[in-house]
Amino acid sequence: MRFKLLIGALAAAAMVAGPVSAKSLRWASQGDILTFDPMSQNESLNNTFSDYIYDGLVRYNKQFVPEPALATSWTRVSPTVWRFNLRKNVKFHDGSPLTADDVVFSFERVLKPASNMKVYAQGIKETKKIDDYTVEVITDGPNPVLLRGLVDVKIMNKAWATKHNVLNPQDYVKKEETHAARNTNGTGQFMLKSFEPDVRTVLVANPNWWDKAEGNVTEIVYRPIKSDATRAAALLSNEVDLVLDPPTQDIPRLRQNSAIKIADGTETRIIFLGMDQWRDESPYTDVKGKNPFKDKRVRQAMYQAIDVEAIRRATMRGLAVPTGSMIAPQVNGYFEEFAKRLPYDESAAKKLLADAGYPQGFSFTLDCPNNRYINDEEICIAITAMWAKVGLKVKLNAMPRATYFQKIQKNDTSVYLLGWATATFDGLYTLQSLIRTPAADGKGADGNFNLGKYSNPKADALIDQVKTEIDDGKRNQAMRDAQRIHADDVGHIPLHQQVIPWAMRSNVSVFHRADNRLDMRWARVD
Amino acid sequence: MLAFVLRRILQSMAVMAVVAFIAFGLFNFVGDPVAFMLGQDATVEDRTRLRGELGLDQPFHVQFGRFVGNAVQGEFGVSLRQGRKVSTLLKERLPATIELSVAAALIALFVGIPAGVYTALRRQSWLSHLLLAVSLIGVSLPTFLIGILLILVFAVILGWLPSFGRGDVVALGWWTTGLLTPSGLKALILPSITLALFQMTLIMRLVRAEMLEVLRTDYIKFARARGLTDRAIHFGHALKNTLVPVITITGLQLGAIIAFAIITETVFQWPGMGLLFIQAVNFADIPVMAAYLCFIALVFVLINLLVDLLYYLVDPRLRIERSGGGH
Repeated sequence: MRFKLLIGALAAAAMVAGPVSAKSLRWASQGDILTFDPMSQNESLNNTFSDYIYDGLVRYNKQFVPEPALATSWTRVSPTVWRFNLRKNVKFHDGSPLTADDVVFSFERVLKPASNMKVYAQGIKETKKIDDYTVEVITDGPNPVLLRGLVDVKIMNKAWATKHNVLNPQDYVKKEETHAARNTNGTGQFMLKSFEPDVRTVLVANPNWWDKAEGNVTEIVYRPIKSDATRAAALLSNEVDLVLDPPTQDIPRLRQNSAIKIADGTETRIIFLGMDQWRDESPYTDVKGKNPFKDKRVRQAMYQAIDVEAIRRATMRGLAVPTGSMIAPQVNGYFEEFAKRLPYDESAAKKLLADAGYPQGFSFTLDCPNNRYINDEEICIAITAMWAKVGLKVKLNAMPRATYFQKIQKNDTSVYLLGWATATFDGLYTLQSLIRTPAADGKGADGNFNLGKYSNPKADALIDQVKTEIDDGKRNQAMRDAQRIHADDVGHIPLHQQVIPWAMRSNVSVFHRADNRLDMRWARVD
Repeated sequence: MLAFVLRRILQSMAVMAVVAFIAFGLFNFVGDPVAFMLGQDATVEDRTRLRGELGLDQPFHVQFGRFVGNAVQGEFGVSLRQGRKVSTLLKERLPATIELSVAAALIALFVGIPAGVYTALRRQSWLSHLLLAVSLIGVSLPTFLIGILLILVFAVILGWLPSFGRGDVVALGWWTTGLLTPSGLKALILPSITLALFQMTLIMRLVRAEMLEVLRTDYIKFARARGLTDRAIHFGHALKNTLVPVITITGLQLGAIIAFAIITETVFQWPGMGLLFIQAVNFADIPVMAAYLCFIALVFVLINLLVDLLYYLVDPRLRIERSGGGH
């Protein structure tokens, strides 16, 4: 009898608990979270977890347009002054209320020298508290991308940070771990429960979150799995529910498996080639006395000699979308007219080379990373062979990322391969870093990854206009014109957008984000 | 005796110094950690500032001197990747690696020795041929492939064992152990077999060869003539005499097991020092790499020192030769 009662009680409990029962999503990818300080590392996985635990004033919706988060509304008082009204009754995980002091503190903290998220708060001159639920942000010029940046400026609790002495994001001089690296106090959807490096990280839903998620995940278990084969095996053996970066060669096999589904999507990252266009004689070529890459015909010949379709098919196994645009379709400032590539045409390429004075071609070195982008070295090998057909004798210099970036960031290269993702989902980020002429002193974001120093004053003027233009129509027109000039110049050779498939158990559904962040707001486990 | 020990210790210290120097010298070629730490948006001022804070802008000999000075105190600085003390990181990872390595060494011994004896005694049986064939696979297949095959069979197809991780662990002071929980024990099986396989084959083949050698010697023949049982001859006399080289090799191989654990730990996401090292390499995390290399060198040096001292105690001939003036 008592047994029956117990069963009855359990059943009743189960029925009550039914709708809110814990839904755990176990997911894996190659790397591990480096720190839980939301301002210490600007790295995709870290930012993903910052999104879970912390909120910004605004956040992206599914179209990557900023929508209200901790700020409920905002007005532009003048071209350089923004006023944000904060959401009331928001509580941090420790129970303390969110006020304007926390926002001012966080905006100051993100701009500290040791912060790696400064780029998202670029152009903020000052943040002022008006009252407990109003702040004013003063920028040093009209700033059309402010809101997009603020998505990744997470709001921390001032009192907590003061108490635990984490007013600074990171301190390598002191040689101590900071409290905020393993402890969190955000306002976000999830709270950190445990963090064991290289083993597992567990987050549980925040019962007092100010918003309701569309998805139903109440617990996140993250498992870093370094080995490609093991990661795929863990998914197949149902030890994890989702793998963010399944190995490319396993995708076709995973697609065959009915227990697994694949969410395909492209990344905003564009893979492209850059060429030295500033030296009078380029260091890694056999052409003496002049720089062949300064000649547009040579650049166009290199472009047209590449059979990008073959790279998509054979090298990338279909996991690439060839493009002629430097900006991805998900990004504000993308125009379809640039997506069409110059046609692949070997004879045209040969003729262009002959016209430029290199009927026999010439030789140079192609610098290439070998562990940064999907199949990066293989892409370079394929291109080397394609260029050989038109007489360009190319020596491939493939290097691991740690040494590769060290070399090319000193502009110590003639031709190089690079990938560029648009973190802000706004074209300025790409135009400014890749196409704008670098500043003479090398400081600032202008041309900071324009490593071949492509330069066109007309494009520069347009890009400078994009930086401050507040009128969306005019601003987009300037982005379009700048891209037209760059495309006509063949300033770089765009290749493709990477497709980044996510693999998951068939009972999981997620929204595939182009910045490779697994967003829990829309994740479901059924 | 004392002079011998002192000489050995001095030699070991010289070895450590050379390893430290080579390890540190190599790191000038692994790349620029600053590029990783700051990401693609960092400005030139940021890079210069951080380089200064980390002391990477100083000349080689200054950096090396500081490194050695701290290292002898067991201090290797802060991991550039995790921002945590390297000594803490190593201490956290040590239990996982030690448990895996010891488990692998035990498997290698307790399977390798009986298998070696058996194949020596029953040379013509089908099981001996099978064991020898399997052992050939063990030495010729790379560790990561064996690991992946085991995962495929026992985790993906059969679903009996976990494909990765260490299971639930229990903390005993600073030491964490997976030996006290069912999931921890289950998780240990595949990686320890993977790691043990090579040593197991080595021990088996060594025991077999030694046994065959010993069984041909005169005293075994005399033992047979005395009418001793097979059992007494094989295990009381023959095996005992084969074990001396086996113990030496096993001792030396323990260092190799700890070092080889890198691959096994990577395949099974075993949170030990090897995994830490591999991730440090990808990130050019110089302090962690340096500390790990020095630690492995220390393990080898200590084991060698210990084995040398054991020789000295076990083998009386060494003592006589070194006493001098006796002849």
